[in-house]
Amino acid sequence: MRSVARIALAHANPGDVSAAEDSLLAAAHAAAAVAAEHADAVDREARFPEEAFAALREQRLLGAMVPVALGGAGASLAMVTTICRILGEACAATGMIYAMHQIQVACVVEHGGGSAWHDGLLTRVADDQLLLASATSEEAIGGALRTSGCAVSADGGRFHLLKMAPTISYGAHADGILVTARRHADAAPSDQVLVCVMKSDYTLQSLNTWDTLGMRGTCSNGFRLEATGDVAQIMPVSFHEIADGTMTPVSHIVWGALWLGVASDAVSRAKTFFQGQARAHPGSLPPSGARVAEAVGMLQLMEARLDMALAHQQARHRADGGSVSAAFALAAEMNGLKTSLSTLALQAVQQALMVCGMAGYKHGTPFSLGRHLRDLWSAPLMINNDRIQANTANLLLADRS
Amino acid sequence: MKATIRKILGDVARLDVPPASLADSDDLYAAGLSSLATVHVMLALENAFEIEIPDRMLTRQLFRSIDSLAGAVSTIRQQQEAA
Repeated sequence: MRSVARIALAHANPGDVSAAEDSLLAAAHAAAAVAAEHADAVDREARFPEEAFAALREQRLLGAMVPVALGGAGASLAMVTTICRILGEACAATGMIYAMHQIQVACVVEHGGGSAWHDGLLTRVADDQLLLASATSEEAIGGALRTSGCAVSADGGRFHLLKMAPTISYGAHADGILVTARRHADAAPSDQVLVCVMKSDYTLQSLNTWDTLGMRGTCSNGFRLEATGDVAQIMPVSFHEIADGTMTPVSHIVWGALWLGVASDAVSRAKTFFQGQARAHPGSLPPSGARVAEAVGMLQLMEARLDMALAHQQARHRADGGSVSAAFALAAEMNGLKTSLSTLALQAVQQALMVCGMAGYKHGTPFSLGRHLRDLWSAPLMINNDRIQANTANLLLADRS
Repeated sequence: MKATIRKILGDVARLDVPPASLADSDDLYAAGLSSLATVHVMLALENAFEIEIPDRMLTRQLFRSIDSLAGAVSTIRQQQEAA
């Protein structure tokens, strides 16, 4: 199916492609306007951004990345990255949920190939605008992505799965969840598969509440997840392949994009404030001018870093060689993307706060930056930057360049 | 040579099972070898056998089994002696 989509795209009129991209961008801006309107309420009440997701569904954006042949828009990762940035500018929680959904879609698009069940899932994501969540962490294991405790228990053509997940972002609001588990009851903790479970076949019991500093609308509380399904719902390749090839790099790229969006909105508020000050005192530059210039420079750095990561991720797709050192180099680079963008985004907002001063510190002004700052503090913590740096250092031991 | 490789696997590979219980042809990834651990296996092999594993040989296949690791070490040693 994917090869059909690629051929179709290769023969498409370039004008059609850009028209399709323009319409996706217009859809993203329309949904972002709704998200922005409700961002403060979502944050205050720590609730799922339902208005924004109603708008995203209305704009058919949940199926953006689904191949055209399966009824989606066939959007590239670069386009999805742009949409995440636009949503991040409006509401960080909306941007994060959308980004996490697209990570799941990307995993199924890239690695579900040839499986009728997974093609069917993608068709439903496009047709019915299903929202997909992820359950990788586990109470007994913690956040280690590449280790599972729970196991798939298959009996004939059916399976059963029970996972105690310390967090499933928007779990209660999803239509399906991609769950990591050991391949079978006797499999090693690292011998994992990724299983797509659907709402009609699982039960979720909330284990705790999600009352956090920021990203309050992602509703990432813990759940006891018990699911059944057809063994065809298990992804056809090993989880390590999915994690290395798609889940990890795509996560870092789309997260980086939405963090850039949050920081862009903050800097844009600072710029407006600074221009207002300059207008009030014609002929003189407000003292915060240098900080505005520096913050804008940081955004440009982030944008360039993101473009580089996108280009290298695409290059990897073209030359899917078996070289371990090339794979390590790319993994180290994607780690660097995550640690630097999460850090830079926070720094840019802090500069913006210095520019806006008390107007930024107060809630409810056009220059308020508290939400941006609180939301972005999740960035260095979600997959802790300290852990990522240690992982990068490990990868660099194999660097022969 | 395989005894040394087994010792290295025991020291740095963090497998789910003791290397002594593995057959030479058993799949090390199935035994829990992570891609990060392959870095340490590589460095330990280079140190123990005084070799340098060239970039082109660094594939996932190289770390597949004790047999494949031993084969690679022999090949590189022969090349280094010939050079």
